[in-house]
Amino acid sequence: MTGPNRLTVVRAGALTTVQDLGRAGYAHLGVPRSGALDEPAHRLANRLAGNPEQCATLETTVNGCAVRPESAVTAVVTGAPCPVRVDGRPVAWGAPVRVPAGAVLEAGPASAGLRSYVALAGGIAVPPVLGSRSRDLLSGLGPDPLTDGMSLPLGTPYGPPGAADVTPWPAPPASAGGLVLPVVLGPRDDWFTAEALRTFAGPGFRVAPASNRIGLRTEGPALERGRPGELPSEGMPLGAVQVPPDGRPVVFLADHPTTGGYPVIGVVPEGALAGAAQAAPGTGVRFVVVRA
Amino acid sequence: MTGAGPAPLRTLPVGRHALLVEVAGTQEAQALHAELLRRRDAGALPPVREIVPAARTVLLDGLADPRALAADLAHWTVPPLPAAEAPPVVLPVRYDGADLAEVAALWGVSEDEVARIHSGTEFRVAFCGFAPGFGYLTGLPERLHVPRRATPRTTVPAGSVGLAGPYTGVYPRSSPGGWQLIGRTDAVLWDTGRDPAALLSPGTRVRFEERA
Repeated sequence: MTGPNRLTVVRAGALTTVQDLGRAGYAHLGVPRSGALDEPAHRLANRLAGNPEQCATLETTVNGCAVRPESAVTAVVTGAPCPVRVDGRPVAWGAPVRVPAGAVLEAGPASAGLRSYVALAGGIAVPPVLGSRSRDLLSGLGPDPLTDGMSLPLGTPYGPPGAADVTPWPAPPASAGGLVLPVVLGPRDDWFTAEALRTFAGPGFRVAPASNRIGLRTEGPALERGRPGELPSEGMPLGAVQVPPDGRPVVFLADHPTTGGYPVIGVVPEGALAGAAQAAPGTGVRFVVVRA
Repeated sequence: MTGAGPAPLRTLPVGRHALLVEVAGTQEAQALHAELLRRRDAGALPPVREIVPAARTVLLDGLADPRALAADLAHWTVPPLPAAEAPPVVLPVRYDGADLAEVAALWGVSEDEVARIHSGTEFRVAFCGFAPGFGYLTGLPERLHVPRRATPRTTVPAGSVGLAGPYTGVYPRSSPGGWQLIGRTDAVLWDTGRDPAALLSPGTRVRFEERA
């Protein structure tokens, strides 16, 4: 190889960002954790590409992206299933594929779910900011979202790509059947009426189009507060279900603000958030109260 | 410091791996935060990913066993904030903000007096939020608390020094904002190329110094 490998963005797609496992440990400075929204898919892509799981991948949104590496490289696409092509030729999704020097690797539009992950052997090697290469869309830390023509550095491949016969893909939440999100109530469920708590655990919520990496917004019933006044700002964890004054619950995802003043009715355990990352607008949402 | 004896800490479970510890007010929250950092530095706190102080709470996130820590916290006695060891961070300010006259009217003093009072107050970063490096500074007495602007500005320049409720803050970068602006500093509040990136973090003492 002549010098470090790079790739050129041929088609950036609707929103493609560099993501790794995020920058935990800075919430007290107002810095969101950030990182891949569908973390299991990101980790899997790296394993299949022979990378450590913290290597940076590309997180696409809805319609994929296309990139052209200067030198030959192994690539893997996971997350939302989509057609994968190398110079127009169909190749496997969810398995290591060889991309020759100068060939275009394309992750097409998602056939289910929202976000695909493109791992390249060696990882995207942009300089880390506070220990992470993730783009945080709330505070603007990390590399800019991809644009057509942009060039990104790749790291040195770690070794042979991982061998796997099967790529597990949890069925994406169907628009009719819906996304089921377990919720541990609290810390501020006592700010809501008994009726609101019943409504929260009932039907009628859908993923709102305004959802993004900061939060999964819902439309549907409004949850009524049982008490007036304002809650002083308090720390917000990943998965917090915050209820703003309009009463529509918002599930905080990776780029969420670290403090907030609207009451948190409950918290979705981290392991259930990958489903939220793949739920398209209009998908039904069912909150299921579980014990801590 | 309040003269009241230590009240028991109220802990609220937050999901499966976090705890929210609620105390009476901002002084108590700052004292609890300082004690948590002291115990963590001493190796006397179980591993925790985030310790996030706020107005009257501290969030402990990423705990393996939040119930065990909650049970332990019930027996804690949190000492009052220790006396300052390090000198305060000094931020030079030109008191020429767009809302200086408004704040002077709310305080019932002249604009010069606003600058004198503000630069004569010792502040402490109670917590951060809103944007990386944005500190909520306490220290102003209650009679000097002012409301947010009825209509937030779409753009507040970086370095703007503002007031809202019990807090003073400095905008680390240009952003929308609803605080009453009294001045501006050239100090760089946030720089990811610097270590530490944040000039102000929870617990930092701050003084503003008037510049012509």
